[in-house]
Amino acid sequence: MMTWIFSGMILLSVVLGIANGRIGEVSAAALSESGKAITLVIGLAGVMCLWSGLMNVAEKSGLTQKFSRFFSPVLRLLFRGLDPDSRAAKAISMNVAANLLGLGNAATPLGIAAMRELELLNPTPSVASNYMITFVVLNTASLQLIPTTTAALRLQAGAAAPFDILPAVWVTSICSVISVLVMAKLLSHTTRNGLPELARPRRGGAHG
Amino acid sequence: MARLSDYIIPAVMGGILFYGLFRRVDVFGSFLDGAKEGLMTSMRIMPALVALMTAVGMFKASGALDILTWVLSPVASLLQLPREVLPLAILRPISGSGAMAIFQDILQSYGPDTTIGRVASVMQGSTETTFYTIAVYYGATQVQKTRHTLPSALTGDLVGFVMSALMVRLIFS
Repeated sequence: MMTWIFSGMILLSVVLGIANGRIGEVSAAALSESGKAITLVIGLAGVMCLWSGLMNVAEKSGLTQKFSRFFSPVLRLLFRGLDPDSRAAKAISMNVAANLLGLGNAATPLGIAAMRELELLNPTPSVASNYMITFVVLNTASLQLIPTTTAALRLQAGAAAPFDILPAVWVTSICSVISVLVMAKLLSHTTRNGLPELARPRRGGAHG
Repeated sequence: MARLSDYIIPAVMGGILFYGLFRRVDVFGSFLDGAKEGLMTSMRIMPALVALMTAVGMFKASGALDILTWVLSPVASLLQLPREVLPLAILRPISGSGAMAIFQDILQSYGPDTTIGRVASVMQGSTETTFYTIAVYYGATQVQKTRHTLPSALTGDLVGFVMSALMVRLIFS
């Protein structure tokens, strides 16, 4: 998909640039933008280092785990029937905690671990279970409390208060999280896979 | 006068370090380990960002972006979005680096403290790379049929985009 977007944009730019007589600008943009990309990443690297460093301290000190226990009642409601002490439930709450804290690097492996655990509870492994869908859409709707990268880009562009967008980001995130959960719930009846989810793992081996 | 949002970062930093000291963690060592990972992440996105910022830059210079924005303006007015942010809305679910390239371009062209800049910022900060997340998460399982995952996720993105514009109008005007 990205191959098509990338080459499509450039080919269209070349054709349109010639047609509009703006091929000189297109040529200049190609050279200057590639350089700007490097400057941008270098500028962002500082904030990314700072935040990843802090979040590693939070993880090592057990703060992330403490944080994940804080909202386990909400998760219990969303994943009704899932044993709160199961490995699946623990991986889910750690993933949500990592997402909220903006720990992208930690959230993805935790999310994959959660998916593998949910798979053990799925009676039909080739068809996504309701738990899986709820979990994936929770991740596609952003849960981040402090969008550091966005704020860093705003700061670089000269924003007076790069974080002044936070309240708007929070309300927007909450709305999109609610809407994905509602849609996942509503549509689950139209694409029912017929089988109830298991309370215990289907295969015991992976737990050893 | 300091804004409330000015307190967030120092408070989070102070809180994390304080808790780390309290739990007797090697605060500096852990910080350095994490920072190294952050640096590697930045370097990993660099090639994609070079590719996509170049593509966006050329697309804009050729006048193609103006045409795309103009074609999409009925959709934008339907969703009550500034039409300048629609290219970002299209790319946001598909590509993280692509969205970052467009977002950067919007900030440079219109400024971060304008309505367009703020709507783009809220969109960028409150949505995720939906297609990528779905691919990675289901890729770890044997699932072939994702059922209603994609329609639900895209509904969330759409709600996010519409709410971004709405919240910016409510808070900043």
